[in-house]
Amino acid sequence: MSKLSDYLPPDFKPFVSSDAYKQKQRRLISEKEQSQSVVFLHSVSEVFDALNLHDGMTFSFHHHLRNGDKVIGLIGEEVHRRGLKDMTFAASSLFPNHASLVDLIKEGNVSGIIANYANGPVAKAISMGLLKKPFIMDTHGGRARAIESGDLMIDVAFIASPAVDKAGNGTGRFGPSACGTLGYAIPDLHYAKKVVLISDYQMDHIEEAELNHRYVDYVVMVDKIGDSEGIVSGTTKVTRDPVGRKIARDTVMVLDKLGLIKEGFSMQTGAGGISLAVVEYVKDLMIRQNIRARFASGGITGQYVLMHEQGLVETLYDVQCFDLRAAKSYRENRRHVAISASEYGNPFEPSPIVDQLDFVVLGATEIDLNFNVNVTTDSLGEIIGGSGGHADTAHGAKVTVVVTNLLKARLPIIKEHVTTLTTPGSDIDILVTERGIAVNPIRIDLMNQLKQKGIQIVKIEDLMQLSYQIAGVPKTLSHEKTIIGYVRYRDGSIIDVLYKKM
Amino acid sequence: MNRCFLFVPGNNPAMLQNADIFHADAVIFDLEDAVSVSEKDAARQLLKHFFETLTKQPYDIYVRINALTSSLGAEDLSSILSDCIKGIVLPKAHTEDIKALTKLLETFEAAKRMKNKTRIIPIIETAKSVLEIEAMAQLPRISGMLLGAEDLTSDMEIERTKVGIEIEYPRAKMAYACKAFGLDAIDTPFTDVDDEAGLKADTIHAQKLGMNAKTAIHPNQVETINQIFSPTEAQIRWARRIVIADTEAQLKHLGVFSLDGKMIDKPVVDRAKKLLEKAKHYHMLGEISDE
Amino acid sequence: MKIGMAGSLESNDALITVKESSVINIEVQSIVDAFYHDQIVQVIQSTLDAARINAIDVVCLDKGALDYTIKARLLTAIHRMEVRHE
Repeated sequence: MSKLSDYLPPDFKPFVSSDAYKQKQRRLISEKEQSQSVVFLHSVSEVFDALNLHDGMTFSFHHHLRNGDKVIGLIGEEVHRRGLKDMTFAASSLFPNHASLVDLIKEGNVSGIIANYANGPVAKAISMGLLKKPFIMDTHGGRARAIESGDLMIDVAFIASPAVDKAGNGTGRFGPSACGTLGYAIPDLHYAKKVVLISDYQMDHIEEAELNHRYVDYVVMVDKIGDSEGIVSGTTKVTRDPVGRKIARDTVMVLDKLGLIKEGFSMQTGAGGISLAVVEYVKDLMIRQNIRARFASGGITGQYVLMHEQGLVETLYDVQCFDLRAAKSYRENRRHVAISASEYGNPFEPSPIVDQLDFVVLGATEIDLNFNVNVTTDSLGEIIGGSGGHADTAHGAKVTVVVTNLLKARLPIIKEHVTTLTTPGSDIDILVTERGIAVNPIRIDLMNQLKQKGIQIVKIEDLMQLSYQIAGVPKTLSHEKTIIGYVRYRDGSIIDVLYKKM
Repeated sequence: MNRCFLFVPGNNPAMLQNADIFHADAVIFDLEDAVSVSEKDAARQLLKHFFETLTKQPYDIYVRINALTSSLGAEDLSSILSDCIKGIVLPKAHTEDIKALTKLLETFEAAKRMKNKTRIIPIIETAKSVLEIEAMAQLPRISGMLLGAEDLTSDMEIERTKVGIEIEYPRAKMAYACKAFGLDAIDTPFTDVDDEAGLKADTIHAQKLGMNAKTAIHPNQVETINQIFSPTEAQIRWARRIVIADTEAQLKHLGVFSLDGKMIDKPVVDRAKKLLEKAKHYHMLGEISDE
Repeated sequence: MKIGMAGSLESNDALITVKESSVINIEVQSIVDAFYHDQIVQVIQSTLDAARINAIDVVCLDKGALDYTIKARLLTAIHRMEVRHE
């Protein structure tokens, strides 16, 4: 088998281990020059003129407006209209509503993309090999590191800002497109050469603005920066699916037996159906045993807000609000605290939130016999997601639990090798499926603790065989060998390559 | 002794393949109400081929067939009956129907050269069947009785309520008959699958009347039902202490002894032993440590 | 034309349509095509062999059904085709 390093361009370093960053120095470029005064403009075209833009530049965007974001589309339209070529779009995430980018990729206006997560037509186009330069996928914490270190140099950050004030401060708390915290935009704000806030709502004065006017060069007022339905789901719904609920129940049972749910603990969970059910069961247990958590972090959902308001969770550290209730709570609750992507998961921060987590519960598209997890591509290699905070929290948390069905539509989720490596198995401790719980052999401590409590543990190999018995052995596919991108680990090393879709 | 009987629709592949993961002691694969008339043939084929893939299952397999009043019931038996099936759940059952079913089973068992004698669980869901509970409980193949409160109250023309006062009599009658003849007394399903507190209250009530099991119509109901019909950790610890103290007393040739200042005699010891047997059967002993 | 259908497009099920034909013709479209196409065709073939059918047209739209489901749906479809035309 060929080594990953065979595929890397000379200036990229291959992944060594998830704690290799401890041997490295933090690299920081200087923060952007502070602006003397903020210029207000009334169209994207005006700001393009003012910025003196040219081919080959890098623009950055955040994804707090999620599937309702209009800003990437607006900027793309102007790039296309002006015939700018070879631009790089560095968006923290790309969603299905960014479909208009596909034409820009095809026509060469955009030749580079960097994102932590991509799903929808753009991801599909990249998987088909349409993008000229390699697609680079970061983690949420890794993107902050890339920006502050100069690995990702941003010429202009176009920051969607749901509200701005007369001084040029910006916030996500108010306005028709209010989305809550703006954690992923903070590194861009501090390190981009130029910063443009794009907004559709102006106020006299914003107290405690997340986006400080001293970093802002321009504010552009447009009709609409987002579609509210796409920004946040109205309510997040806990799964009724009995298989998912069983997995969630067993997960909480494991966490409880490990003594992780105790006074003053801290937790994070994903926003998938099983994770939401995990939160419900954790909450029940906390109420029954009169336990309070010190904090919950990550993308914050309405569930956590309720727990906070009921006094069960002292503080919410929120890098991104997942729903309306969370956005409202951020506006109203003092202990619902905004954090930046760096404070959240940058490995070079002295004590990022992820490092303070007692446990995190994460999903997986695939997991392999070494507990490596893929949440980046499907089993055919098509890009359907990305790390987001997966690799960051998995490394930081004391215990990382992956929850997944053993089979999804016949397809076994446990593989001999993951199609794409997102999070190294050394950071994954426990796998909970509907047909058994496996513990990573490197965590003998957890294994012994669980066995002592009478919990049955199975080998991950046996779980894979069980899924083969039920579904049959899936055909092994050989890769298409065209490389279309790289998965960049949080420390800046390359942990895997992305191939053209089979 | 089974605690929970989980109903699984017979024509739903997604639910069949996960029937074993919810820790139901028994699963009733349903060919009756859960399958439309036009799909009975497909459901039978599906169940038959599903059963063929099963090796050792952690649950007892039952099939609810269609009533014997039409030809559907016999067709069900002819296609699905095999040694992997513990028993048949018979809707709208009366003494005569059970006798008829027994005859049919004998015929099919011989034709299929089966080793096992298929058991029968009648559903008590008519006023007449309530009166026949005692008689049915004594028939040879019966392994339990299942209360069907929805149809029963409609036969009685009385309102079905969440509190369930209207089924107090059939519940109690069934519980006593089943206890007397060593059968599973299986309570009626709790139909509001989103009301967990309601399920809990209803199950506790049935348990207090002497039922030892309940049907679940959704997998999310199984855990609550199992919990209520299982010995508690405190009960298991108590039973262990009694049994240990009893062994010591026997060595000293004492008929009666005291523990925590209470006199312990044979009925108490027997009860403790029964409880531990139950706990062992439900694989609960490993998880509980002595304090 | 004799025709029979069974199954559904629900998750873990398959919709199978069989038609009269002078040869065996098996068409499979599956959401897990890349991994299980051959196995699905094989299950259909061996089910036909066991039923001693050597001329039929089978179209299987698969939503991740396990082998026994495919087998059961196929046999039901065949049975329905025959019953309706007896």
